Amino acid sequence: MRTIEQTTQEVLDLATKHFQLPAGSLAPEDDFFKKLGIDSLQTLELLSRLENHFAIELPDYEVQGVSDFKTLAERIQSRL
Amino acid sequence: MKSFTGKALRWQWRDGIVEMTLDHEPANEIGTAMLAELQQFVASFGELAPKTHVCIIASAQKAGFSAGADLRELYHGAAALPEKERLPGVRDFLERIHAVLNAIDAAPFVTIAAVHGVCFGGGLELALACDMIIADKMARFAFPELRLGLIPGFGGIPRLKRDLGNAFVRDLLFTGRTVNATRAQAVSLVAQLAGEGEALRIARSTAAQITKFDAAARATAKKFIKPIPHEELRREIDLFCELFARPAVMAALKKFVEDAGPMPYLP
Repeated sequence: MRTIEQTTQEVLDLATKHFQLPAGSLAPEDDFFKKLGIDSLQTLELLSRLENHFAIELPDYEVQGVSDFKTLAERIQSRL
Repeated sequence: MKSFTGKALRWQWRDGIVEMTLDHEPANEIGTAMLAELQQFVASFGELAPKTHVCIIASAQKAGFSAGADLRELYHGAAALPEKERLPGVRDFLERIHAVLNAIDAAPFVTIAAVHGVCFGGGLELALACDMIIADKMARFAFPELRLGLIPGFGGIPRLKRDLGNAFVRDLLFTGRTVNATRAQAVSLVAQLAGEGEALRIARSTAAQITKFDAAARATAKKFIKPIPHEELRREIDLFCELFARPAVMAALKKFVEDAGPMPYLP
């Protein structure tokens, strides 16, 4: 099973690739709304990609109030 | 009318297949403009039906199939009226949209919703009126109405109950959450999954297969498999109107309309 560190790195890698950013430009503590400048529809798209990648379901209410990659990874980890 | 181009949608008939494309910025919200053209669309079924095997409904908007009812129009329209004058307008809209979706549900040809992106609320109700949903794997589905103090009002609950297992229906309604297309297929909400951007292509390929078979047998099978829950649909309108009459609903609509945050779909 993945460690939280592995999960966090995969979340960062997926977001980096999806939003076509230079490698290493995202950090676990980054606020993804501010850093990526995404709207609600793009957030849902990111959610779908994360769900497909990790083969989980991540209900929106579990990410309510979550804005950094590290906490997002923790929510994902609890579904693995 | 074999073809039509309006402000909110267009359709084109060719070789036994009619493709209707929703195309109203930003996300095919279903308000008065969309409803008027949907009514024109179903009014054309009498002419189209004898020579149509399949109807595909898709979206040209990047955001997705449809984000549902035009909540901004609903809020501003209702807010402009004295409280006791709001409900007749809401009921009238519901009865008109129900007539449209019932016509799509009962169409003698096969109907396929080719879904990408968001398919929420009224948009999901439009898709549910179709015989099949073919969804892009990035599509997401939701009934967020309870977040506003409402229930789905375009026939969603009776059609969900007809088509799906109740455990999932209750989860979807009570949490108001979005679910991805993979989960939607696992619970049989979605008939076929498509790769990203491929839902319409796969819907066309499926339509081509369907056109090979006898139309009368198909229409008979469809009527048998898919009864329309008329009584429950009428009851849903009554329940929606009862809920809409509460001040909490206008307050929730106002909050949604004024929300500038990144996730207005969350409570």
